[in-house]
Amino acid sequence: MRKILLSSIILLVGLTFIGRLSYLQIFSFSPNQILEDPAIKAVYDYPERGYIYDRNGNLLVANQPAYDVMVIPREVKPLDTLEFCNLLGIDKERFISQLNKARVYSPRLPSVMVPQLSKEDYGRLQEKMRRYEGFYIQKRSLRYYDTHSGANVLGYISEVNEWDLERNPSYAAGELKGTTGIEKEYETILRGRKGVKYIQKDRFNRDIGPYKSGTLDTLPEQGRQITVTIDKILQEYGEKLMTGKHGGIVALEPASGEILALISGPTYDPALLVGRERSKNYSKLHYDTISKPTFDRSILASQSPGSPFKTINALVALQEGAITPETTFHCYNGFYVGKRKRGCHCGGGTRNLNSGIYLSCNAYFAGAFRKIYDQFPTSAEGMDAWEKHVKSFGLGTFLGYDLPTGRPGRIPNKEYYNRIYGENRWSSSTIISNSIGQGEVEVTPIQLANMTAAIANRGHYFTPHVLKKIGGEDISIPEFTEAKHTTIDKKYFEPVVQGMAEVYKKGTAARLQIEGVEIAGKTGTVENFTRINGIRTQLTDNSVFVAFAPVDNPKIAIAVYIENGYFGSRYAGHIASLMIEKYLKGEITRVDLEKRMLEKTLEQEYAKPYSGQPFKINERVW
Amino acid sequence: MSVSGKSVLKRLDWFSVLIYISLVFIGWINIYSSTFTDDNPSIFNFASLHGKQLFFIGTSAVSIIIILALEANFYERFSSLFYIISLALLLGLFVFGKTIAGATSWYDLGFFNLQPSEFAKVATALALAKYLSDIQTDIKRKKDQMISLLIILIPAFLIIPQPDPGSALVFFALIFVIFREGLPLYYLGIGFMVILIFIFTLMFGTIWVGIILGLLLALFLLLKKPSFKVPIIPVALIYIAIVLFSLSVNFVFNSVFEQRHRDRFSLWLRLEKDPKKLEQIRRDIGYNTYQSEKAIESGGLSGKGFLEGTRTKGDFVPEQHTDYIFSTVGEEWGFVGTATVVILFTTLLLRLVYLSERQKNDFSRMYGYGVISILFVHYFINIGMVIGVLPTIGIPLPFFSYGGSGLLFFTALLFIFLKLDANRLNELT
Repeated sequence: MRKILLSSIILLVGLTFIGRLSYLQIFSFSPNQILEDPAIKAVYDYPERGYIYDRNGNLLVANQPAYDVMVIPREVKPLDTLEFCNLLGIDKERFISQLNKARVYSPRLPSVMVPQLSKEDYGRLQEKMRRYEGFYIQKRSLRYYDTHSGANVLGYISEVNEWDLERNPSYAAGELKGTTGIEKEYETILRGRKGVKYIQKDRFNRDIGPYKSGTLDTLPEQGRQITVTIDKILQEYGEKLMTGKHGGIVALEPASGEILALISGPTYDPALLVGRERSKNYSKLHYDTISKPTFDRSILASQSPGSPFKTINALVALQEGAITPETTFHCYNGFYVGKRKRGCHCGGGTRNLNSGIYLSCNAYFAGAFRKIYDQFPTSAEGMDAWEKHVKSFGLGTFLGYDLPTGRPGRIPNKEYYNRIYGENRWSSSTIISNSIGQGEVEVTPIQLANMTAAIANRGHYFTPHVLKKIGGEDISIPEFTEAKHTTIDKKYFEPVVQGMAEVYKKGTAARLQIEGVEIAGKTGTVENFTRINGIRTQLTDNSVFVAFAPVDNPKIAIAVYIENGYFGSRYAGHIASLMIEKYLKGEITRVDLEKRMLEKTLEQEYAKPYSGQPFKINERVW
Repeated sequence: MSVSGKSVLKRLDWFSVLIYISLVFIGWINIYSSTFTDDNPSIFNFASLHGKQLFFIGTSAVSIIIILALEANFYERFSSLFYIISLALLLGLFVFGKTIAGATSWYDLGFFNLQPSEFAKVATALALAKYLSDIQTDIKRKKDQMISLLIILIPAFLIIPQPDPGSALVFFALIFVIFREGLPLYYLGIGFMVILIFIFTLMFGTIWVGIILGLLLALFLLLKKPSFKVPIIPVALIYIAIVLFSLSVNFVFNSVFEQRHRDRFSLWLRLEKDPKKLEQIRRDIGYNTYQSEKAIESGGLSGKGFLEGTRTKGDFVPEQHTDYIFSTVGEEWGFVGTATVVILFTTLLLRLVYLSERQKNDFSRMYGYGVISILFVHYFINIGMVIGVLPTIGIPLPFFSYGGSGLLFFTALLFIFLKLDANRLNELT
């Protein structure tokens, strides 16, 4: 017993130790330790973010240096505080509080003392910097915008948040990432890949040399430049025209689906969201809930399309054999739904397809719409056919363009109406408003432009996109280069296009013709309502216009949506006409027309619902 | 010299020697790794700690030759003298001692700092063996028990005020020798009970200790054979004594212990219930252990490789080349390395038990047990502390930790026994 006592204890202790060691080294071991190891610090080497160019090679976005004044509190020696504060452009209280904050964070590690000095301040400070021990200047790269336009489509970059860090382990706290627009969509291309250096630290967090002699370190990979389909001149011009107006303009190249301009009004200068004033500016933009400058109306504003939608109904009616171009309907300055009369401004008389379009006759399209449904035994089946055709134009879907936000709009279907009215409790008459683009259909400006491009191409479209080249090489993304065909036969487009061309010749936009360019277009005047103190109140009509030009072999398809701009040919028609001229001819000949558009604003119109006073709508001011 | 050097080498237990060499070699490799910097990569740089350790290894090798060359009965004959010299050296520290890191434990010999407490371990082991093997000594006698205990306790009490309570603790381990030689085992039982009650009182409080003990007693009374008569009064007295002891534990813990001692126990027994505060204690008071556990953990199964331990290089574990050398093994050689070291120590200790038991000479056997006790308690407390199963008690890992006196006297301790073992057949002739 005495002889084996000690041996047993020795064995027992040996087993206990092995057990504890296997717990520590085998069960608690985490393979991800290079990042958790306090002895290894990863220092990142950030590549320059890729530049963004427009379709003609004009610079849109580049980078600019910014200079942060950094401090390592432990190394600060007594200094002439007053002089230093003057150089930095801060007061003494701020200096002391920043220094204390830095000291609380860590006496040994650098903290930002004054962020993002201007170039001028940097120049003055640089020479004298070595007099102030413990302070140094660190260069950072910020975005530089070579334009005041396109904030909505270019997007901005900002610091990653907790959520990004959790979702994507390749980011580290404090890094920048594209948050909206192109910057977000093509983040991985623009960002490149950061290089990393692993530094061996001691327990005081001092560097004691590279970890494993730098064998695990990587070099940064430059971000690649991208060329976008946006036309810088057209984009800037469109934004100028949108001054004082709310709405969206989308211009496409029908033959490729390339987005030439994507304009939201009101917008803001992208440079506002860079630099020292960034967060102040952002709050100002974000909390402007009346004009909502950060809300991209060109892709997010889902509203009734109005009369431009009549072209689609005409195409569906032709395809389903409900009408031929020669079919006529009579307009009694309106039409009857049961005993109720709905108005029309076309002047009355007998309309065929051609005059129905160029005079935008409500009665004609109500008749055609009913006839589509008459082709089918039930309204539900008619609805199915109609929905299929309409959706083939990209309406009611997200379209699939390469921007991070969007709205699907709304193309109602039979389930939708069954839910509202009950099964078999509705007919074409119930939903007749859709015939003229009011009612339940809703579209975004980009969908409207895409629909126009599909008509311009006589039956197909290319998914709208903003990416043109990566690193100078043309993209070949099937998603963008393969045509999407509508369900309407090519032959039915010609009569509709003819009608749209007549709009400019003798129809609703006759005064907006451009010399030497044959344009096809369609006006829209959309009734719209808001709620003021809970009371449904009608506002001045939205002014809508779609157009493409030239009629044969079109180069541009455009949709303009101006909130409360009254009838279609007024604001939207003017702007569309000017945009087309600018794009096709490069300069504007109709100076008076341009002057009017640049000067007129709708601010007083937008102020009406907030005035608290009764107000008139659809006033003819010019 | 009646025994020629040749026959000593023939009879030497080479198995133990091989383990000794392995431990010293692995130890030095890890000292090199934990003290290595890019400025002093040469292993023969005697200004660096690993260079000095190499010198101490050489010194130890020379001392081995001397130890093996001397006559075997030299150690028995002069053990009392060694003991008295060691006590004198310990006393001398109060006058001539050199203070390093707050402890007056060294003599400054110019080229070398001598730590007499290391020498005292060898001397006390020899003296104890000598006293117990004396034909006049009977361990069953109370008086002889007391004298044996005194032999152990005198150097211990001289070392405590240095202050070096860790080293003093080592001397208590020599009680194993007395047990082996016949000290009644209930002493051990009582000692064990005292420790258990101490721990239980800290963890659950006096009231629960009293209740649980009472319940156990009641259970015993219910289940006992009817014929067994319980000596009521002694049992009651023992019960009261235990409760009183438990109360005194509270008093000692709260009034006699200093805060740092309390914190060590709080940490070890997880007395702090608030996990946030516990984590704070772990990082502050238990900083060394926390860092060494983390370093060992980060080694994983196979370690980061020689000279690749990032926490070792960053000096995250304090005292890594001395008391915490085992954490370097853990980080750079992983579980493979740590398990190897544990197995080597276990094997060496078991081998020494076997060697001791085969001694015909009482003195040799008792000294053998002394060697085992001293080596074992160092190994047990040191590794236990480094891997976080025991509270922090600063004593070195034999053959491993940096330090000249330590290595020299651990070597002497072991090789004196191996010399006695090699000589055991001569005793019969």
